[in-house]
Amino acid sequence: MTEAPSQFRFVSANRRVREDRRFVAGRGHYVADIALEGMLHVAMVASQHPAARIVSIDASAALALPGVHYVLTGEELAGGVDQLMNGLDTPNVRRYPLAVGRTRYAGEWVAAVVADSRALAEDAAEKVRVVYEPLAYLTKAEEALDPASPPVHPEHGSNILLDRQFVWGEVDRHFAESPRHLSFRVTWGRNSTVPIETFGVVASWDPWRDMLDVWASIQMPKYSDQISRALRIPTNAVRVHQDVDVGGSYGVKRGIKHTVLVGYLSRRLNRPVRFLEDRLENMRSGDAHGPERIFDVDVAFDEAGIIKSMKMRALDNAGAYAGRAPFQLGKPIGAIVGPYKIQSVAYRAQSVTTNKAVQEAVRGFGQSPTNYAIETAMDKVARACGLDRVEARRRNFIRKEEFPYLIPSGTRYDSGDYHTVVEKVLAHVDYDGLLAERDRLRASGLLAGIGIAACLEPSGGNSSFEPLLNEKNTTTTWMDSARITIDGPGFVTVTIHTTSSGQGHETLAATVVAEVLEIDPDRIRVVRPDTLESLPSNSPVGSRMAIMLGGACFHAAQKLKAKLVAIAAFQFGIAPEAARYETGAVSDPASGRRLDWADIVNIAHRNFHLLPPDTEPGLAVTHVMQVPTATKLPEDGRVQMYPCHSFEFHVVLIALDPVLGKPEIRRYVIGHDCGTVINPHIVKGMTLGGIAHGIGAALLEEFVYDDEGQLLTQSFMDYLLPSSHEVPAVEIVHHVTPSPFTVFGQKGSGESGYLGAPAAISGALNDAVDALGIAFDKLPIRIFAISDAVAAARAKQSQEKTSA
Amino acid sequence: MKVELTINGTARTAEVEARKTLLDALREDFQLTGTHAGCEHGVCGACTVLIDGAPARSCLMFACQADGYDITTIEGMAPAPGELSVIQDAFCETHGMQCGFCTPGMVLAAHALLAREDSPDRAAIVEAISGNICRCTGYGQIVEAIALAAERLRTANTPRGVRPPQIGAPHVDPDAGEDAPGAGILEAADADMPHGGRP
Ligand code: FES
Ligand code: FES
Repeated sequence: MTEAPSQFRFVSANRRVREDRRFVAGRGHYVADIALEGMLHVAMVASQHPAARIVSIDASAALALPGVHYVLTGEELAGGVDQLMNGLDTPNVRRYPLAVGRTRYAGEWVAAVVADSRALAEDAAEKVRVVYEPLAYLTKAEEALDPASPPVHPEHGSNILLDRQFVWGEVDRHFAESPRHLSFRVTWGRNSTVPIETFGVVASWDPWRDMLDVWASIQMPKYSDQISRALRIPTNAVRVHQDVDVGGSYGVKRGIKHTVLVGYLSRRLNRPVRFLEDRLENMRSGDAHGPERIFDVDVAFDEAGIIKSMKMRALDNAGAYAGRAPFQLGKPIGAIVGPYKIQSVAYRAQSVTTNKAVQEAVRGFGQSPTNYAIETAMDKVARACGLDRVEARRRNFIRKEEFPYLIPSGTRYDSGDYHTVVEKVLAHVDYDGLLAERDRLRASGLLAGIGIAACLEPSGGNSSFEPLLNEKNTTTTWMDSARITIDGPGFVTVTIHTTSSGQGHETLAATVVAEVLEIDPDRIRVVRPDTLESLPSNSPVGSRMAIMLGGACFHAAQKLKAKLVAIAAFQFGIAPEAARYETGAVSDPASGRRLDWADIVNIAHRNFHLLPPDTEPGLAVTHVMQVPTATKLPEDGRVQMYPCHSFEFHVVLIALDPVLGKPEIRRYVIGHDCGTVINPHIVKGMTLGGIAHGIGAALLEEFVYDDEGQLLTQSFMDYLLPSSHEVPAVEIVHHVTPSPFTVFGQKGSGESGYLGAPAAISGALNDAVDALGIAFDKLPIRIFAISDAVAAARAKQSQEKTSA
Repeated sequence: MKVELTINGTARTAEVEARKTLLDALREDFQLTGTHAGCEHGVCGACTVLIDGAPARSCLMFACQADGYDITTIEGMAPAPGELSVIQDAFCETHGMQCGFCTPGMVLAAHALLAREDSPDRAAIVEAISGNICRCTGYGQIVEAIALAAERLRTANTPRGVRPPQIGAPHVDPDAGEDAPGAGILEAADADMPHGGRP
């Protein structure tokens, strides 16, 4: 059901975000703030070899230090816990929290030292003597395809985790029919979300209650299930406390290996145990890197620049274990044609193991690299046809009246009005003026370019990519829930059943419930029970919470409202349909009788004799909601991926000094349509933050490994996050195309910005250097890469001039 | 070794290891957990505190080096329990944060800026927070918050104070004159802080 925007009281209103009050006062409650009586601390011993056999581990010197309690090795741990869950059906790619028998990347944890303080544990970790026998290793994805490459997991038989070819539609015919083709390769560098808070976890085992209490900086579906499975204890013996503020995640806060390790130690030592990654542990061994991908793309198009078909091969360097990496090749299938009417697609998804750190889910779950490839194709087609890049996109966009639109890979896009968003952006930015400004900058001796990128943000996350890539997985359920109670005195409490990492879910829940019940959101309490008291949730992944938590709160509030109406109508002796609900009171329009909130609440709580027959006393309702449109398993390699599709359109102007090569973003405009906005501040923040993150991916951030297999960028001094100097003032142009599949017409917005910014910036830099006959085909495009390429091109040009 | 500091206006002492950072001492020995550890190598600014009014990275300083100094942490910013300073309130007004992890450092950096400058322009604000990394917001709403706070402070009726308030210090409304409880105990310049004035 969809309500018209004009009817909203609180939804879409510029209201404060309730979580902010505690954060500005320094009163957030993060995992590092949890200190339990008798708590022990962990530091890790890390492998310095990209691949080695562990010959021996001697912990005697470490254990001899006062205050050191234990040194745990992979050997012991593997005997006490089950291997970590594998998403793909690759049973011989075994992963444990510590290396067992062999290390598979530089930095991998080999042993864990437990001591009275973190400082002591670090001292002792330096005294653990590990003898290694170095083994052959590899770091490049293309090498991994070679059957003769050194296997990261010899038992698996090769370095290939996944190699799936999908063909959706008549690709061969479309290629044969199309007058023009072009091919290119682009590479997405390994970066990640790198939250300012590292991952941390506290576990405390109570052997008399048989209960493992866990506090963690976590954003992860089925966290307790995985803890219990690995530790071989019932899930109802695992109590994850969800009232922990998570200091940023954007996907990666999934420290399952850390948690299993700390949970095991707590059970082994019968003491609370805490592990907080330091920045080095986080960067090189936290297993939280993002996709690293090579795309080979062919497109078939006509003289008018209409793309009919696309072949895409995506080769992803997963790192040493499968993790979530292969699935990040699967999710983009749900928007494989972007916002364009490409009629057929051949997609080959390849995921390989190498001796690098492991990937985790990163904002967009593979969509940002894929968008970079698609948008590069649009730019190249425009160039080949002599078209303006905006015009080329316009010609290929799905039109407003064509929604819901079925793309070749099986997903139906819900709604959109791409042309209008683009027109609004062009009007706002004064596109002709922008082109003139670029040319003026060029005339002044600078290099200058405009970047254009459109992209979709699939939202409302389900896990359809799992059954698509692993037939043994038959999951189609992907729920979220809300519970609302009105207590005897009439106060409202809403529970949400997951942690949050800055998305403002408490504000979301209060806004939605207030909207339905027509009461003041500020009077609604929102709490987070622990996992044993919780209803099902799949956590804030896949830009799903506005849709799923918002939806669950909406439906629960509707149930509650229906109950209030039914109770009142019974007093009036009329049918509930005849009664009228308004701002918490119910009236009978015919008789003019009216019962206020307090009256109805009182009847529900205290006057059983006045309740309609078969009515439960009290006012407590729950709603468990399934993701809209997720109704069946994949068929023939086609699946309905996420239900909703937000749209964005980026226009950016970059200028740079040709000698220095430092890109300066002069203008950044984004057109943004995520349907009905529930809280404008939150959506704005996500959009701006996503763009900043995308600027990092485009220009600065990369986990670089050298030929020795060592990670070179493992601190904030070499892995550079954008500071306030690198992020320009971004202008946002709003548009609202409601989704027909959600309660208010809302769509997701948590990934926006990051999904389009890298493509837009790459486009701008390529526009800037086009006249020099060069192009950048790998992200990030660093300052030195620009200045070197420009210098080489200019030298070549002047040479040509002299020889001519 | 023993360190004696003034933290948020109160004299505090602790026995710490010589190698302990001010950051760890604040969090562990003084239970002031609003100061956060992001990188522990001086880049992110999550650990920012004010030392004699100037922003500094508490992860780069040993606790014993701070001996004798006047330290202000985020816990010293709110004028009273449950209240917010003008700067904190402005951060809430523009939603200048998401996860809140960088926020204490940002608020303190803003506080130091607005103590020196009445009307910072965008460039000055950007410069003032450029040593504080925020991964969530892209800085836009943080810059807006600081500009808004500057405007509110400029146009506020209350006179300037000279230092942050002390936790639990009596709240004096200077406009209330003789009738105010405890009037005369504090200088007028100190008394504007309960309204969230600049230091
Ligand atoms: S924790 Fe001190 S600067 Fe990052
Ligand atoms: S609010 Fe999350 S890092 Fe700034």
